[in-house]
Amino acid sequence: MSTAQHIWTVIGVLFVLLNIAAGLIWVERRLLALWQDRLGPNRAGPLGLLIVLADTLKLFFKEDWIPPFASKAIFVVAPAIVAGTVLISFVIIPFAPNIVVADLNIGLLFFLAMSSIGVYSIVLGGWASNNKYSLLGALRGASQMIAYEVFMGLSLMGVVMLSGSFNLGAIVEAQRDLWFVVTQPVGFLVFFIAGVAETHRLPFDIPEAESELIAGFHAEYSGMKFGMFFIGEYLGITLISAMTVTLFFGGWLGPSFLPPLVWFILKTFFFIGVFILLRASLPRPRYDQLIEYGWKVLLPLVLANLMITGAVALYLKDS
Amino acid sequence: MNVSDILFYFLSALAIGSAILVVISRSPIYSVLWLIVTFFAISGHYIMMNAQFLGIVNLIVYAGAIMVLFLFVIMLINLNTDAKPQKGKWLRLAGTVAGGCLLLVLVAALKNTEVKGMGVQVGTGDIGLINQLGKALFTEYVVPFEISSILFLSAMVGAVVIGKK
Repeated sequence: MSTAQHIWTVIGVLFVLLNIAAGLIWVERRLLALWQDRLGPNRAGPLGLLIVLADTLKLFFKEDWIPPFASKAIFVVAPAIVAGTVLISFVIIPFAPNIVVADLNIGLLFFLAMSSIGVYSIVLGGWASNNKYSLLGALRGASQMIAYEVFMGLSLMGVVMLSGSFNLGAIVEAQRDLWFVVTQPVGFLVFFIAGVAETHRLPFDIPEAESELIAGFHAEYSGMKFGMFFIGEYLGITLISAMTVTLFFGGWLGPSFLPPLVWFILKTFFFIGVFILLRASLPRPRYDQLIEYGWKVLLPLVLANLMITGAVALYLKDS
Repeated sequence: MNVSDILFYFLSALAIGSAILVVISRSPIYSVLWLIVTFFAISGHYIMMNAQFLGIVNLIVYAGAIMVLFLFVIMLINLNTDAKPQKGKWLRLAGTVAGGCLLLVLVAALKNTEVKGMGVQVGTGDIGLINQLGKALFTEYVVPFEISSILFLSAMVGAVVIGKK
């Protein structure tokens, strides 16, 4: 790829992602309304589409207030971390055969590293706010995300064993005959559940649980600093959906009547829809239930999956 | 000076500067944050030496997991008071003597080393790549590797036993 082409890829990916993150405001509200038998936003523009514009403008013009009792530097840095780490993670995703920003040979590990750095945004945001509810949210967020990171990493190792590479492009190529969701159903389920927990979306939005903690770790945030958390969450949904598609659903592979990029986007949007459906249909578990579920159900499950996958892969290689 | 030299000096300065800030920061939270910056700089060095796997694992394990636990503990212990631990006169004296001894030893040890070429040798060797590292660990060094993993396991079991009490 030439340099100019590369720069255009970077700009294009960034532009599309930020627009998707903003557009999801509308998509989520309309879909939630559909599933909850309501109308949803329908005033501004056709089908209420202009709510995206109204919401973004509102965020930009709201008073950007830093509480006098907060630790200022950390308070300002925290929201940037979440948006930054999630955006950087998109660097490794192969959107189509030629559209990838950086084709790293450790792509999968890079994704895991970035998602583990993302924890800091919750922990630091909650601590710097100097507010009891925020701190509780931060503590919950830290323990939840550290725990689910472990299962997420382990659930992906089956895919790595089968494809023999950490490079996402190679993983997609390895699925030409059979998508990994068929050979790794447990890995897929655990990865998706861990992904919901990592993005702390409903039903796993324990760090912000409105009914218990006001707004949890971002209770003190307003204006565009809150907006960064907000965008970070939507980008996180997009990231986990795109990773699910890449790792388990054949990435850009698909029948040739549509171009690869379109297949990738269609599959990704399907999983974004699943995220929103989860929010619409599931109640929030209690905090200790969430942690217990992780360590007592998901961890043994994913370890067993890893051992069986390894054994089968070894057997098939020998025979 | 080419790009890799500039990067090397930038990363080294970042690593040393943030390491010094870890020590002199008043609040333990800031110390932890500067330590994270140090880990990033060191990972940068690993990646420049073509050891991408080591670099990224350094980030995942140290910056991503261990430092979060550090923060977790500090947040619980020291909620909002700006803790400035009062150190006694004798403690300071002992610290000065110990630090001075360490400096002396380091100077004596490093006095006669020769610096072979400045900067980092970019892209030399491939021991830090996953394939090579895995092969080395599971063939040449398999016994120490397995022993250290049993050590980790026993530490985990010990933590669970203590936690159960």
